[in-house]
Amino acid sequence: MKQFISFVKKEFYHILRDRRTLFILLGMPIVQIIIFGFALTNEVKNAKFAILDQSGDIATRQITDELDASRYFDLASSLKNYEEIEHLFRQGKVKLVVVFPPSFNSDLQHFNSAQIQLVADASDPNTATTLTGYATTIIKDYQLRLLHDKKLPYTINTTARMLYNSQLKGAYSFVPGVMAMVLMLVCTMMTAITIVREKETGTMEIMLVSPIQPLKIIIAKAVPYLLLSIINIASILLLSVFVLDVPIKGNLLLLISEGILFTLTCLSFGLLISSVTESQQTAMFISLVGMFLPTVMLSGFMFPIENMPLPLRIISRAVPAKWFYDIVKSVMIKGLSFQYVAKETIILAGMTVFLLALSIKKFKTRLA
Amino acid sequence: MEAENIITTEELTKRFAGFTAVDAISFNVKKGEIFGFLGANGAGKTTAMRMLCGLSKPTSGKATIAGADVYKQTEQIKKSIGYMSQKFSLYEDLTVKENIRFYGGIYGKTNAFIKEKTAFLLHQLNIENEADKLVASLPLGWKQKLAFSVAIFHEPQIVFLDEPTGGVDPVTRREFWNLIYQASERGITIFVTTHYMDEAEYCNRVSIMVDGKIEALDTPRGLKETYNATTMDDVFLQLARKATRADV
Repeated sequence: MKQFISFVKKEFYHILRDRRTLFILLGMPIVQIIIFGFALTNEVKNAKFAILDQSGDIATRQITDELDASRYFDLASSLKNYEEIEHLFRQGKVKLVVVFPPSFNSDLQHFNSAQIQLVADASDPNTATTLTGYATTIIKDYQLRLLHDKKLPYTINTTARMLYNSQLKGAYSFVPGVMAMVLMLVCTMMTAITIVREKETGTMEIMLVSPIQPLKIIIAKAVPYLLLSIINIASILLLSVFVLDVPIKGNLLLLISEGILFTLTCLSFGLLISSVTESQQTAMFISLVGMFLPTVMLSGFMFPIENMPLPLRIISRAVPAKWFYDIVKSVMIKGLSFQYVAKETIILAGMTVFLLALSIKKFKTRLA
Repeated sequence: MEAENIITTEELTKRFAGFTAVDAISFNVKKGEIFGFLGANGAGKTTAMRMLCGLSKPTSGKATIAGADVYKQTEQIKKSIGYMSQKFSLYEDLTVKENIRFYGGIYGKTNAFIKEKTAFLLHQLNIENEADKLVASLPLGWKQKLAFSVAIFHEPQIVFLDEPTGGVDPVTRREFWNLIYQASERGITIFVTTHYMDEAEYCNRVSIMVDGKIEALDTPRGLKETYNATTMDDVFLQLARKATRADV
């Protein structure tokens, strides 16, 4: 036990003395949450739009005001003719132009039906779709108000309810993603590097000649990173609750335990990498390519797995982060209890045991 | 009166996939002796030493270290030996004291032992003022001496030194050897590999390995007489020229 404590203490010295790395390790989750939360978002706010109002009546003005008043749109300019539309889009000044035909009001009054044209800049298709969707909804709302005292013979109203994330916030999907990414980086890469560093400097040989058991070395190496990861999980959760308003719907204890399980998976993977590499650069490269890229691409956090071709869908099942991402989404966002994530938990635990057994075996055979 | 043997080997052999790195070596080292283990690069010194330290399992043959068998009692061996590799093996980002405390800790020494021994060691090396400085800030010669002191910190019966004085100036090497003598006087057996022939002269007995075999083993004086040479350099060159194996 004394041996073990001495070793853990030494590991803490290494980490605490290397201020820059420590700062990166603890600062990374905070920076990522802030970047994802405020910069990288596919929600559209305050998009500039223009109108070409050839009718110029009370109805068109009301609709324009409604659009302008919503948090999605800002009125940028009022156009005189069609030629200006093209010109405006070329300059990239607006994302959407709303065109009211000259007969708008009279059509509305006499035929109870009028047309509005929405012209969007579809060089960015996602934004164009989102904006026309928003504009259509706002115009429909206006129409409903016009109708409020008249009765239509047949009406079918669809009401969509967005379960678990009623405001369709991006944060609901990237908080679990960032959590997977950060734990992966801290645990896999740092564990791999710290062990390989001792191989490089020759201190590992001294350890192996000493009476301390290899298993103790491995565990002592992992303890500080486990602790760092718990701090990171805590800071990510605090930021998402208090800064991004993403609530933790499920059991906090369950969420943290799953986080620790995933941390152990990552540590085991880092250990495996360290037992098959000889230099810090190689270890870093393998951790990045072997773990970080699959985490970003194949966990479902950036790109939906359902849309991927079959081979990629199969590969994604071997990525631990995919299972962890599913677990965090289920527990944190949907508020599900353990029984709903039991399958994922067992898979993750299985991966951990497998990786750990493999790396301990590798670690030992190296001595023979 | 003959001192007891602390290292004994009999036909000790290590083969790697069709290549015999160490070829049936047999020798004994006596308690308290300074034993020089010489050989050109690739002669098999390091492999032999790794087997004696319990880092690598022999292919065949017998060996005991302080009475413990290299096949079965590696745990016991690890407790009775110290080891200093050719790579510098202290942690640069730890202070002198922290390094000492760490090594004392992994050998399971008590705090009282570590405290007392640390004070003694700092005094002996005359680096009391540097005790709380990072090892990275020490000159190489000091680091080397500190590494040796750390290797014998837990009072092992034998200490294995793998080219301990590489890259060190002659004055520091001389000081380093003074430390070796002091350790030897305290009864610690020294098993040392080196490329410096003047250092071979400092040893009680020297073995010279060529192509995985021990070609000669005697006192430096005895070797010089046998090979009719004036210096150990001559002896070594005469033997090493026989080598057919290229550097590994």
